[in-house]
Amino acid sequence: MTGLLEGKRLLITGVITDASIAFHVAKAAQEQGAEVVLTGFGRMSLVQRIATRLPKPAPVIELDVQNDEQLAGLADAVREHVDGLDGVVHAIGFAPQSCLGAPFLDAPWKDVAVALEVSAYSLKSLAVAALPLLGPGSSIVGLDFDARVAWPAYNWMGVAKAAFESTNRYLARELGPKGVRVNLVAAGPVRTMAAKSIPGFKELEDAWGERAPLGWDVNDATPVAKSVCALLSDWLPATTGSMVWVDGGVHALGM
Amino acid sequence: MADKPSDAEILEGLSEIVEEVAGVSPDDVTADKSFVDDLDIDSLSMVEIAVQAEDRFGVKIPDDELANLKTVGDAVTYVSSHA
Repeated sequence: MTGLLEGKRLLITGVITDASIAFHVAKAAQEQGAEVVLTGFGRMSLVQRIATRLPKPAPVIELDVQNDEQLAGLADAVREHVDGLDGVVHAIGFAPQSCLGAPFLDAPWKDVAVALEVSAYSLKSLAVAALPLLGPGSSIVGLDFDARVAWPAYNWMGVAKAAFESTNRYLARELGPKGVRVNLVAAGPVRTMAAKSIPGFKELEDAWGERAPLGWDVNDATPVAKSVCALLSDWLPATTGSMVWVDGGVHALGM
Repeated sequence: MADKPSDAEILEGLSEIVEEVAGVSPDDVTADKSFVDDLDIDSLSMVEIAVQAEDRFGVKIPDDELANLKTVGDAVTYVSSHA
């Protein structure tokens, strides 16, 4: 049996540990036949070490989405490993401490601006940087946390995710004529480095499993990874500007 | 690893890793030192130290366990009992 992503060339951001959702996406994608290139930020030695734990060790390119030079050089850096791309995964987010778990009313604009740039605007930055490599039929997928409603503790990261969701729709509008799809996976909480850095995440974690009609395991990133792979595949060819909820069904409930 | 490493070998290996990841002099890495309070190691550096220790000693250090390894001695004991 050939894999769902046989021959697909993918650029995957956001791997920092082997608990990262992006790590599980890369693993599932490789298992489905994809060729994976990773980008890393900050702790390059850590990302490179984690990259060797994939079924097939993947090359790692340094990418800081706030660095114009690295963004401009991304396409050439990727070409050193693959001759084009069929998919890009955005799994990048950051908010200063004042924006997450701290009093919502006290976060200064300079911190909020960082959260918005790294967590929302970066979807556009990454798409533009990768665009020279993307042809018709290719797919960009971002990792989201449902921002239609307000959550405990998530605060300005939630505001940034709302901007992220809007950016997704506008990118779908811009890139559709080029045949490029852009979609988000709105995941339930998964216990990653990023999640553990959110004060109050535990509260969300505990409630999720109880509420989800399908149940939810915060220690299992595989359902999210598989769903991202589905969006990267050729089997959702007319879907763009969408959010796919991969949350055990929590989003569908009133209470 | 063919033979189970001694505590002294684990401590030596850990201090090399801590030096590489966090730039802490190996002389400062002794059993009674706290990674966070004494050696000033942040959470991502701890993860990198754990990942390197996993590769070097052939152990698995789950995140929940990592949070319990407060001192260098805790880490040596963990590796020693799981290697």
